[in-house]
Amino acid sequence: MSQHIVLAGPAAETTRLVAYWILAIVAVAAAVGMILARRAVHCALMLAVVMLSLAVMYAMLGAVFLAFVQVIVYTGAVLMLFLFVLMIVGITTADSIIETIRGQRLWAAILGIALLVLLALVIGNAAIGSAAPNSAQFGNSNVTDLARLIFTKYVFPFELTSALLITAALGAMVLAHRERTSPKPTQRELAVQRIASGHPTPLPGPGTYAQHNAADMPALLPDGSQSRLSVSPVLAPAQPAEETPQPMLPSGAPASSGRNGAGHSGSGHNGAGQRSARQDGAGQDGQEAGDQW
Amino acid sequence: MVTPAHFIALAVILFVIGAVGVLVRRNAIVVFMCVELMLNACNLAFVAFARMHGGLDGQVIAFFVMVVAAAEVVVGLAILTSIFRARRSASVDDASLMKY
Repeated sequence: MSQHIVLAGPAAETTRLVAYWILAIVAVAAAVGMILARRAVHCALMLAVVMLSLAVMYAMLGAVFLAFVQVIVYTGAVLMLFLFVLMIVGITTADSIIETIRGQRLWAAILGIALLVLLALVIGNAAIGSAAPNSAQFGNSNVTDLARLIFTKYVFPFELTSALLITAALGAMVLAHRERTSPKPTQRELAVQRIASGHPTPLPGPGTYAQHNAADMPALLPDGSQSRLSVSPVLAPAQPAEETPQPMLPSGAPASSGRNGAGHSGSGHNGAGQRSARQDGAGQDGQEAGDQW
Repeated sequence: MVTPAHFIALAVILFVIGAVGVLVRRNAIVVFMCVELMLNACNLAFVAFARMHGGLDGQVIAFFVMVVAAAEVVVGLAILTSIFRARRSASVDDASLMKY
């Protein structure tokens, strides 16, 4: 059995075994994490981990071409398409954990265990042999042998896949197309609208005169107050909670970092206002997330 | 000693995890991702069987599965974006207009 898989000696066998177990544990852990992660983006990243470890496994099994296709097509194209749609649909859409169907989780777990037992019984009873003797088609000539097979024996299914891909591309364009129900505004109408809106100039940029120039940091007006217009409304409710600085002491003295010295009362108050605003934002975010969960 | 049975066992585990994910999750995009996981598990089994039999037919079939999965994802995500545009939700529970 051992002389069949690989031409190299027992050291290579141990390497393969270690590689297999590391990849298997990583893949299963990432797959479980994909089910458990609430944010869809985390799910996508976990799926990327699974796909990359499967690509290495294809290479271990001698499927050199498929290993690269897995990385380029699956991890590169399909998963990026997932992330692209996630950005359209809303990056913050967390899955609700309130069960709408009673006992859904329980039945899903029971069905999953039943399926696992069934498949394990099938696999356990099947006579899965050892790997076939090593040949060039699992190594250097993998790509040419695959190409020969695709363009001779499987040429008709191959042509069918091209029809399928064209149909899918057309279907995606038709489905994602949005009909314009109103005429497109001309440049003149846009200019009139802009002057009439009361803000003919561009909105202020975030972070101007503030402590740092992150995109979620409101700009400071000449009197030291914050400009609400400077932060995108998409970012405003979603202030990151982990960036919340330590709260100011009640006496008004800064807790640390002499950036806002006690002498500069104006900037100190301003900093406090900014911080409390950030904390409010974080609290709102937490509450919102709690509602959604 | 890594045999094809190792890879097939891993494929079974990944397939079951994907199936449970399809049953449990209600965000349609995540459901799609779980379907992708199941397809990947099938591909792993195909490649392992190809290694066992010493032929490349299993790899060709895995290649076709990848093509079909790409087409499925493109159309499915286009449907999802149009549903999201119509009702501002990506949850599979909200698309229930034809239920009653």
